[in-house]
Amino acid sequence: MTQVAVPTPPVERGRVEAKAGRVKKRMTSRVASVIALVIAVLWTIPTFGLFLSSFREPDLIESTGWWTVFQNPGFSLQNYQEVLLSGSSSAPQLGEYFINSLFIAIPATLFPLALAAMAAYAFAWIKFKGSSTLFVLVFALQIVPLQLALIPLLQMTVAFLHPAMRSISDVIPMIPDQQYLPVWIAHTIFALPLATFLLHNFISEIPRDVIEAARVDGAGHGQIFLKVVLPLAMPALASVAIFQFLWVWNDLLVALVFSSGTPDTAPLTQRLAELAGSRGQSWARLTAGAFVSLVVPLIVFFSLQRYFVRGLLAGSAKG
Amino acid sequence: MTSLDLMGKILQFATGIVAFIAVFGLILFFLDRSSRGRKDFIQLALFLGPAMLLLAVGLIYPAIRTSFMAFTDRTGAFNGMDNFIWMFTQPQALITLWNTVLWVLLVPTISTVVGLVYAVLIDKSRGEKYYKMLVFMPMAISFVGASIIWRFMYAYRSPSREQYGLVNQIIVWFGGEPQQILQDSPWNTFALIVVMIWIQTGFAMVVLSAAIKGVPAEQHEAAELDGASPIQRFFNVTVPGIKSSIVVVVTTITIATLKVFDIVRTMTGGNFDTSVVANEMYTQAFRAGEPGRGAALALILFLMVTPIVVYNIRVLRKQREIR
Repeated sequence: MTQVAVPTPPVERGRVEAKAGRVKKRMTSRVASVIALVIAVLWTIPTFGLFLSSFREPDLIESTGWWTVFQNPGFSLQNYQEVLLSGSSSAPQLGEYFINSLFIAIPATLFPLALAAMAAYAFAWIKFKGSSTLFVLVFALQIVPLQLALIPLLQMTVAFLHPAMRSISDVIPMIPDQQYLPVWIAHTIFALPLATFLLHNFISEIPRDVIEAARVDGAGHGQIFLKVVLPLAMPALASVAIFQFLWVWNDLLVALVFSSGTPDTAPLTQRLAELAGSRGQSWARLTAGAFVSLVVPLIVFFSLQRYFVRGLLAGSAKG
Repeated sequence: MTSLDLMGKILQFATGIVAFIAVFGLILFFLDRSSRGRKDFIQLALFLGPAMLLLAVGLIYPAIRTSFMAFTDRTGAFNGMDNFIWMFTQPQALITLWNTVLWVLLVPTISTVVGLVYAVLIDKSRGEKYYKMLVFMPMAISFVGASIIWRFMYAYRSPSREQYGLVNQIIVWFGGEPQQILQDSPWNTFALIVVMIWIQTGFAMVVLSAAIKGVPAEQHEAAELDGASPIQRFFNVTVPGIKSSIVVVVTTITIATLKVFDIVRTMTGGNFDTSVVANEMYTQAFRAGEPGRGAALALILFLMVTPIVVYNIRVLRKQREIR
């Protein structure tokens, strides 16, 4: 048989193969979608169950499973009312802790961000002896787990910050002597190595021409930093800020060590962990309480997803 | 909460922010006005000073102090290796170490495998974005929140009553007896590990999904023409193509797992033989009044984390160079 004898048109052959391929692909993709769907459902069910339960009537939560919601209907906002608004001393009173979380997380994001941006600028654009050595040192501090610093840092807080806070409280009686200050400072310190490193990556890549042009116009470092670098670094600042905000919002360890643990300063996570420990079975409160603490991260997640993912990936080894 | 409390809090918050902005503004103000001669030094000090001071006082000095503290007893007197001997001989402490090993073996591997498989399965599918969102979502919420979600999943009631914890209900549906999942050692540790896997899989999935999209399409097509099945293509094209990303994911999750604290603290408080190093460190140092033991545990944690972090950073750097 010669090669010319049975000429299969290349186009035709291609089409047949493509068809077979398509059938095969559809087969595997059907199996694939089923597996993917199973994983997606498995991963969603726990959150969904809690979410649904938080809107069920309290006695239903603790007597029937949430999956029987069609046989045992009954929805109310009573749980949320109870955890947020009830003033009775045994109630979770989460409103207060929500404010603490907010008032801890905002400064604990702003402070390290500003300090790290300045340090990053100095490392990138001010020439000095030992610049790279010092930068490597800051970078290397990322390996220090915060557990390694907790005990002496708490001792210093008790020795120096507590007297300072008492005198602040003496001068301004409206401010209690248990304040946010230690938590702010601890979070600021722990955030600096990573934030400096990430912002340096970005700030050092601003084109030299841009900085030089400002310098020629007579701007000093202060002005260049404020008017040129900060606006240009906005995307990086946003990513780091979102990461740090969520990190602080979700933190338990730093809060346990440095906040007073009282309604004066304790954040939501600390209160919830406490409720879970002491009232581990009162699910009417715990379901709604957990969701109160999840609302802010979920809003950030769904509204700022791009920055959120970027920030999270960059900082995933923090702590 | 009384309105006076609230006023006090707002006042603290506002004072903190205003004071900080004032200091920040003053620094920037002085930067451009310092005298010519020593300008460079002053500028540098103003830019770098605050951050370096905080790091030196708040991180470097405490880390060194802790390292020394690891060799002292509860009164602060030097006691040689006693804390480490305690750690490696006492049954309770040994359980803690063994649990940590279990966490580190299971969480990174399972999270990465499930995350990778999921990323491949949903790659280029319709609704990929939403599929990703569902699995990534646990990454956004706090470990405390995740722990409460899973405590509800594991909730136990006596067999005579209707279960409201889904896991126990499933056990009952299959004809089993409901279990006190969080109290029965050693299985309770696995129940806690599930929570961490649930959280970290999303991270693995997002990183690996981005890496998969970076594998050249021609390689896939070439393998397809050679008659490779999808599974062969996965192992011979996709996996080698994203090897360095897999390494980064595994090491990153390992670091996070070594430091896991909140989950153990919220789920069991470290009771029923579920403690891990990071939780035991907190318990010993801040609850049991044994700062020496706590410091020793912190030091061990540091020694375990360091090589992995160094390796992780080296791979990350190499990856950047290639790009």
